[in-house]
Amino acid sequence: MIQIEKLHKKFGKLTVLDGLDLTIQKGGIFAILGPNGSGKTTLIKCLLGMVVPDKGNIILDGKPILKQWKYRNDLNYLPQIANFPVNLSVKELIAMVKNLRPKASNEQELIDLFGLNPFMKKKLGNLSGGTKQKVNLVLTFMFDSDLIILDEPTTGLDPIALIYLKELIAKEKAKGKTILITTHIMSLVDQMADEIVFLLDGKIYFKGSVSALKTQTEQDSLEHAIAHLISKQYA
Amino acid sequence: MLKILKYSIYDLLRSRWSYVYFFFYLILGFVLFFLNNNLDKAITTIMNIIVILTPLIGTIFGVMYYYNSKEFTELLLAQPIKRSTIFMGQYLGISLSLTLSLVLGLGIPFALYGLFRSAAIFDFSLLLLVGFFLNFIFVALAFNIAITVDNKIKGFGYAILMWLFFAVIYDGIFMITQNIYNEYPIDKFSLAATMINPIDLSRILIMLKLNLSALLGYTGAIFKQFFGSNLGFFISMAVLILWIVLPVLRMRVKLKKKDF
Repeated sequence: MIQIEKLHKKFGKLTVLDGLDLTIQKGGIFAILGPNGSGKTTLIKCLLGMVVPDKGNIILDGKPILKQWKYRNDLNYLPQIANFPVNLSVKELIAMVKNLRPKASNEQELIDLFGLNPFMKKKLGNLSGGTKQKVNLVLTFMFDSDLIILDEPTTGLDPIALIYLKELIAKEKAKGKTILITTHIMSLVDQMADEIVFLLDGKIYFKGSVSALKTQTEQDSLEHAIAHLISKQYA
Repeated sequence: MLKILKYSIYDLLRSRWSYVYFFFYLILGFVLFFLNNNLDKAITTIMNIIVILTPLIGTIFGVMYYYNSKEFTELLLAQPIKRSTIFMGQYLGISLSLTLSLVLGLGIPFALYGLFRSAAIFDFSLLLLVGFFLNFIFVALAFNIAITVDNKIKGFGYAILMWLFFAVIYDGIFMITQNIYNEYPIDKFSLAATMINPIDLSRILIMLKLNLSALLGYTGAIFKQFFGSNLGFFISMAVLILWIVLPVLRMRVKLKKKDF
């Protein structure tokens, strides 16, 4: 379970998180949505310890995690932009991450799934954006952790890889894992998410199931319901 | 930390620049020894190069590595590794690999020339020791700048300015004060001012060990008295160590609050 209490974060004069409170129960897929710049990535990075919040607290399974680092062993993170050291080959990168995380991994299965075998010896700097994203996915899903955080997982993926990704997410969910996803692809949310967390102006504006959102906004498609929420910001 | 250190060094060994740097020293060493044939002169030339060039290379490599390995760093930050471990590993990795290029690049021609059988081995060791310190100091300073300034171009600019200040501008200011106050006894001040700048300190340290203090005139005599003594030598070493420790401490403090 993740408990976030009164989280504040400012970048210079820009307030990104403004006393955000959020509780996420164990198990299920949670879609973190919101307009551009609403603080989705900042929230996730606070959870990862990459961004240091000004105020507030984050508690993961009963333990405060701010300024800690060991908890990251039970957490898999897919960064938004797949940037890797250009000098390493795919194989070396995977070996390196495995080496840094003393934990069982099933990378070969994922490599086969995403058809990465021909690229294993290639340097990461020479790979296309989509292929890099697949490597990114392998690195994220190869460990067995209770919490999985995906920041824009669909970027650059071809339709087949996208189907595999959805299957992967569903499989992890079936194992009782907690999965946080940020995305702008509404069909993915509609298909997969158990609950929606909608961020606006650094606060949680809505939290509930897809159908609850549709009822509340009196829209029949998720896309329009979300657009309805966002439009309040533009008004 | 050893793992990060290993990967940083590995990463650097793969980039062409470590080799360029290594071959530069190698060629320099060979040219100086085998064309010049005068060991003392060669060591003096190498001193001038080490004192100016190692800080410059350390500075440039330091900022360049920090900005270029941003992706690598972000990947590591999401792993169960302590923040300070990541950056200390990278810092040591780059400083060590630069020192390795220096030691091997100059060491090989020296060894071939038969240095191990000559008395110059001590002078040479001092040169390498100073090179080691300058590498570690300037990489630490460069990392500090890079951590503070997120903009790559600005960070580069500041880093070069920092080097320019220590290598050139500081001396200029020093000379001007010497000129203005030349009627006053300011030897103590000169001594302190020299101690503060790691480049000046290294240069004086080597010059005095190489018995070149005649070049320094009256002030040189006082310097020789001070640096020639054991106390002077230890204080100089302590100052050089402090120049590593302080920037590293600041780096660790800054890192605790930094957002990625």
